[in-house]
Amino acid sequence: MLLTVHNLSKHFEMHHLNRQILAFEDVSFTLDSGQFMVIGGSNGAGKSTLMRCIYRTYRATGGVAWFESRFGRVDLTRLADVDVALLRDYEMGFVTQFLRPRPRVSALELVAEPLIALGEYQDAAESAARAILDEFGLKEALWQAYPATFSGGEQQKVNLARALIRPVKLLLLDEPTASLDSAARQSLVDRLAALKSQGVALIGVFHHANDVEHLADQHLRLDRVQVYQNGATHAVVE
Amino acid sequence: MTLASLVKPQDTYSYGFLDGHAKRELRRRILKAIAIPGYQVPYASRELPIARGWGTGGLQVTLTLVTPQDTVKVIDQGADDSVNAANLRRFIARMSGAHTTTDTHAATLIQSRHRIPEEQLTEGQTLILQVPDPEPLRYIDADMARARQMHADTDYSPIWLVLYEQLVRYRRYVQGASYPSMVHHRYVMSPSPIPRWDTPKLHQAAHLTILSAGREKRLYAVPPYTDVHPLEFSDVPFEVENQDGWMCFRTGARQQFMNELPQADGSTRYELSDTGYAEKLLTHPQAPSDTYYTEGRFYHDGFLKPPRRLA
Amino acid sequence: MTASSSHPAVSLDAPRLIESQPLVVLSNVTKRYGRITAVDDVSLSVYPGEVLGIVGESGSGKSTVMRLLNLEETAESGEYQFDAPDLSGNNLFTLDRYARRKIGVHHIGIVYQNPHLGLRMNTTSSGNVAERLLMTGERGFDALRDAARASLAASEFPLARMDDLPRKLSGGMQQRVQLAKAIALKPRLLLLDEPTTGLDVSIQATVLDTLKRLQRTTHITTVLVSHDLGVIRTLANRVIVMRYGRVVESGLTDQVLEDPQDAYTQQLVFSKL
Repeated sequence: MLLTVHNLSKHFEMHHLNRQILAFEDVSFTLDSGQFMVIGGSNGAGKSTLMRCIYRTYRATGGVAWFESRFGRVDLTRLADVDVALLRDYEMGFVTQFLRPRPRVSALELVAEPLIALGEYQDAAESAARAILDEFGLKEALWQAYPATFSGGEQQKVNLARALIRPVKLLLLDEPTASLDSAARQSLVDRLAALKSQGVALIGVFHHANDVEHLADQHLRLDRVQVYQNGATHAVVE
Repeated sequence: MTLASLVKPQDTYSYGFLDGHAKRELRRRILKAIAIPGYQVPYASRELPIARGWGTGGLQVTLTLVTPQDTVKVIDQGADDSVNAANLRRFIARMSGAHTTTDTHAATLIQSRHRIPEEQLTEGQTLILQVPDPEPLRYIDADMARARQMHADTDYSPIWLVLYEQLVRYRRYVQGASYPSMVHHRYVMSPSPIPRWDTPKLHQAAHLTILSAGREKRLYAVPPYTDVHPLEFSDVPFEVENQDGWMCFRTGARQQFMNELPQADGSTRYELSDTGYAEKLLTHPQAPSDTYYTEGRFYHDGFLKPPRRLA
Repeated sequence: MTASSSHPAVSLDAPRLIESQPLVVLSNVTKRYGRITAVDDVSLSVYPGEVLGIVGESGSGKSTVMRLLNLEETAESGEYQFDAPDLSGNNLFTLDRYARRKIGVHHIGIVYQNPHLGLRMNTTSSGNVAERLLMTGERGFDALRDAARASLAASEFPLARMDDLPRKLSGGMQQRVQLAKAIALKPRLLLLDEPTTGLDVSIQATVLDTLKRLQRTTHITTVLVSHDLGVIRTLANRVIVMRYGRVVESGLTDQVLEDPQDAYTQQLVFSKL
């Protein structure tokens, strides 16, 4: 089992408000290589927060998340920061909803960067970047342009390409298709299918849930603080 | 009342004008300077009947070393007959009873401002150079404490940086005199404002050189047979002044250090800077002395490398 | 690395997956100036190839930490370990001035916020860079020129202006010269002390870019001090937050900026974003 999450909880401690805000509580699931889990639920229910807790952008406040890394079995919630950074380089990927463009950095360079950071040669990284931008349908004329001026959909294509250019074991996707046209959405779905068949585990929140329905192996539904999994209901005490 | 009546009679002065304590101080400092080649030794510089800036440092060393058996030569920019040189020579002679001369070979002590004689000095001779500013780092960092730290660490990178900047800006070293030189591979010294022509003469010399600054109260020394290397990049050699084609109008000599004398009509005449040597050439042309440069070649073969023109 | 958050969500394990030893370790370092404790029992580790950001307001001690890392000063207590062949096991604070200077020249490069601190304003830009090599005994003029060119090019400084005086350069260009000087000897550790603060916003972006590109291609271990969270987010992998001389929180950059645990960090992050 690649990922085993047990009683994962997250509340935010807002010191200046003297308040605790509960995001989700006691979430448990398992995910194996090549499996696709779709997280659903109403807005603000903590779907994105859950994924960020696994990726360690957020610190979970309770529970465990066991991950079979190449270095052995580790609890992502307690793993040292430098170790998480290592896993993010080689084993975990996170696809966000929005691109963070940087001034004067071209789309091609943004996409090639993660490979170069791992030690890939410049020209090899750039040709991989070109291939994946082409796959997602970004016009070649835009490859050398600065993404800050792109449309939302074009920016997201760059974002996807950058996030997917490196091979990973576990991929988390947070509303990756929200701004895409249907052709681009299809390209993404095709790629996710390919990744799945290569053994990549996928967890995602999708605006257009139907797109990936045929790939989903599991559903996790978060509805405020009630958690439903695979149809069963677990009532949770607030 | 006359000035003469106010002045003490001559025989009440100490021998060599300086009293015993002063001479002891100087002797000890000179010995220390010889023991640490190129290291600036501070000393308690005495008041003398000439003002600071007129050779008091050199004079103190000469007065300390002189004995009645010595023969003293004093030059200023190479000339024995300059007013200052004549003045100093007369004072030294009167205070010590030593002989004086203009002949470099005959002298045992040579006090000089800003030149080293053209004729090779030998073992047993002592050259005393007058130094205005002993600190080669002065124009880089005026802070004396930091300069002392740099000398202690042998960290002379700021001096090298100055030379680098000269090469970048002017395509050659432009330091004309006081060329910073590394003594015994340890300390960088300013060899006093002698021209570049004279700086190589200090390397592996048979004679002892003492450099003394009266106002700055420091003295340093280059013992005989000590390595002295003007700072140069490994790929851009140090060069002496190019005086090709210059001829002394009095003696007809070439390829020795010349003074330039602009004439009223706009032309230039040249004359040998070393007047003692010039007199010898005029009076005894058949008996040439050994000079450091012969036909443009320096007597230490290989010390001056072929020049490189930077693009 | 130590988890020094005062309100740990879950306490962190010690690092064990990462194979390399930390390049730099400060252990329980305290630095006082008279009665003022500028750095109070601070511990941090910097791993090879990473960028560690230090965030804090003025008076937080971040500049003092930089000065200690740069061996400009020593600390009253605590240790500074540096992973280099000639140094292993030594507490750098106990070395003499000469040894510290040597380490500073060979192993550490620094870019100051104020270019006047890091550059000789009346020496050519290439000369500023060449000085680093002169300090290690390089005596070949051509070699100095080549090295200066290479460093300035890596800092994306226009070579046509390599002999201009920094006095005559814009702020962004001056920072590039500082950077070229800092990396001239390919040091193991690069210290950036508010490198883009005070520059025009558009120039900040290009200098940040250069820093990011440099980091990406050379993997030079970097400690970056900044009060600007945008700069931290762009460059740093991990960040520590300092206040009144202490470390109040540390973690991955995105985690500290998006899910700050400590009250002070929350205040810092939420007021600035």
